[in-house]
Amino acid sequence: MTGRLRIRNVSVDLGDAPVLQDVSLDLEPGAWVNVIGPNGAGKTTLLRAILGAVDHTGEIDLGEGTDRGDAMSRARALAYLPQTPTIPAGVPVIDYVLLGRTPHRGVFAADSRGDLALASDVLERLDLAGFAQREVGSLSGGERQRVVLARALVQQSAILLLDEPTTALDLGHQQDVLDLVDELRTERGLTVLATLHDLTLAARYGDRVAALSGGRIVAHGPPRDVVTEELILTHFNASVRIIDDVDGPVIVPVAGRTNQEPT
Amino acid sequence: MTEPRPVEARVESLQGTRLGFGAVAAGLLAVVAASFAGLVIGPFDIPAGDVLRELLDGVPGIDVDSGLSRTEEAVVDDLRLPRVVLGLMVGATLSLSGAAYQGAFRNPLADPYLLGIAAGAGLGATIAITEGLGDGSGLLDPVPLAAFIGGLGAVWISYLAGHIGGRSTVTLILAGVAVASFLTACQTYVLQANSDVIREVFNWILGRIATSGWNEPKLLAPYFLITLVVVLRYARALDVLAVGDEEAASLGVNPQRVRLIVVVAASLGAAAAVSVSGLIGFVGIIVPHTVRLVFGASNRVVLPLSVLFGGTFMVAADLVARSVLDGAELPIGVVTAFIGAPFFAVVLRSSRREVW
Repeated sequence: MTGRLRIRNVSVDLGDAPVLQDVSLDLEPGAWVNVIGPNGAGKTTLLRAILGAVDHTGEIDLGEGTDRGDAMSRARALAYLPQTPTIPAGVPVIDYVLLGRTPHRGVFAADSRGDLALASDVLERLDLAGFAQREVGSLSGGERQRVVLARALVQQSAILLLDEPTTALDLGHQQDVLDLVDELRTERGLTVLATLHDLTLAARYGDRVAALSGGRIVAHGPPRDVVTEELILTHFNASVRIIDDVDGPVIVPVAGRTNQEPT
Repeated sequence: MTEPRPVEARVESLQGTRLGFGAVAAGLLAVVAASFAGLVIGPFDIPAGDVLRELLDGVPGIDVDSGLSRTEEAVVDDLRLPRVVLGLMVGATLSLSGAAYQGAFRNPLADPYLLGIAAGAGLGATIAITEGLGDGSGLLDPVPLAAFIGGLGAVWISYLAGHIGGRSTVTLILAGVAVASFLTACQTYVLQANSDVIREVFNWILGRIATSGWNEPKLLAPYFLITLVVVLRYARALDVLAVGDEEAASLGVNPQRVRLIVVVAASLGAAAAVSVSGLIGFVGIIVPHTVRLVFGASNRVVLPLSVLFGGTFMVAADLVARSVLDGAELPIGVVTAFIGAPFFAVVLRSSRREVW
């Protein structure tokens, strides 16, 4: 079934240091899992391993009928929003977004009316309709991030990998972007695996949270079970108080942490 | 999003980058104008109208009397026409190869000589000349053959050396620098040991669009066509490569494969162009960049227009090279740099586009 993402005992060594150790995760079609963890925990490496950008041991399955070794087949199953995308100079937004159609039309064919209609629709939903002819490089950080997301969305793959999708965005656009992803998940059964620094957002969107620390998954489950004061103290070395709101836990940093013994 | 809402009206106004009709028309007009000037202007004074009639007469099925004497006909048909055709092809090939290298390496400073073609061809030609092989002319002239083999050999060594270290394009570029330095040193050594041919070797290195009838155009044509077809076909793939290897891979493109195919095709054309006309520098840099600054950054626009404007530029430069000195020719490499550099500086200053 497409949209299923199975990760079994995946380990990655970069140089001598193990960056990921024995990571297993299962995402059913339509699932949304947020990966949290301190800097250097291996979050981005996990996404890059799924993409095939780093060598790994263990098994990664992108669903039936997808050949992970074939770039086109992989790109139809999996879209990726990088944390720091490369923005080519002099490229208008519409051209950049249409790059997302490459796995469907091949690298030699021209953009079809269907491609344009899809791009137009996504641009509108991401509040970018007036930007089509602007150069991507001339946009603000938040606008750029939405343009890159638009490219990933027109790819129409069943699995979406998001690496820190909200970092450059203001609060309103953070909500817009994550709400849109959630909407698409409901509409199309999109499977989402995201890394998020903002623990409150990570706990609020999606149905499960996986905590990664030192390359291992140290906790995995519903947000309330994973995002706890103990886990955050142990793995993020941060003192927080957790307020249980109706929509999920809210994480509030506690001032005066200098009095705390570091773990 | 699976069922796009009626967006007909919006789609009408939405358009990805395309090669515009106006740009192509401008390029073709430039080619025609430069070519006609190349046929009319020369030490032998032939009226433009007669040249036009002579050209028409050459079209199969059309019979016009140009009114030219036999000698004048020979000047147009056997001297100027092949020279213009060769200039068009050499300029188009070098510009297209330069644009292709820039796209494949995502590097504005890349030119067709990046991986050592110039140094390899220079060494090959130097050896052929010092060994006294370069006396004959025609299809089996050993100097262009040696230059061709030397140029492609250098690219091949660069590729082997650059791929051991890793997959990054920087490694490959550095390997090209090392190979070029090494081959240039070899060439200098050979030249020092045979100082009697220095002048002849330098003459070759500085480049010329000289023809003996249709031999040179015929030699270059197949390579020009291969480069043209392959590189233009990969224009979109190069546009995808502009987002970097990792993202290109996530969009379904195999960046290593695209780069290999484009670089091999571009190198083949560039080595062939160099082998018939010497090391004409600068064209592969300034023509693609000028096109980019005027018409935009997409390879779908830059590559085809580099063909048209590259050919134009070379024919115009050749016209200058053979007109400014009475009874002698300037090396064309001098002209391309002498006219090209200031022109490019003006374009750089006046353009508001950010293309790199």
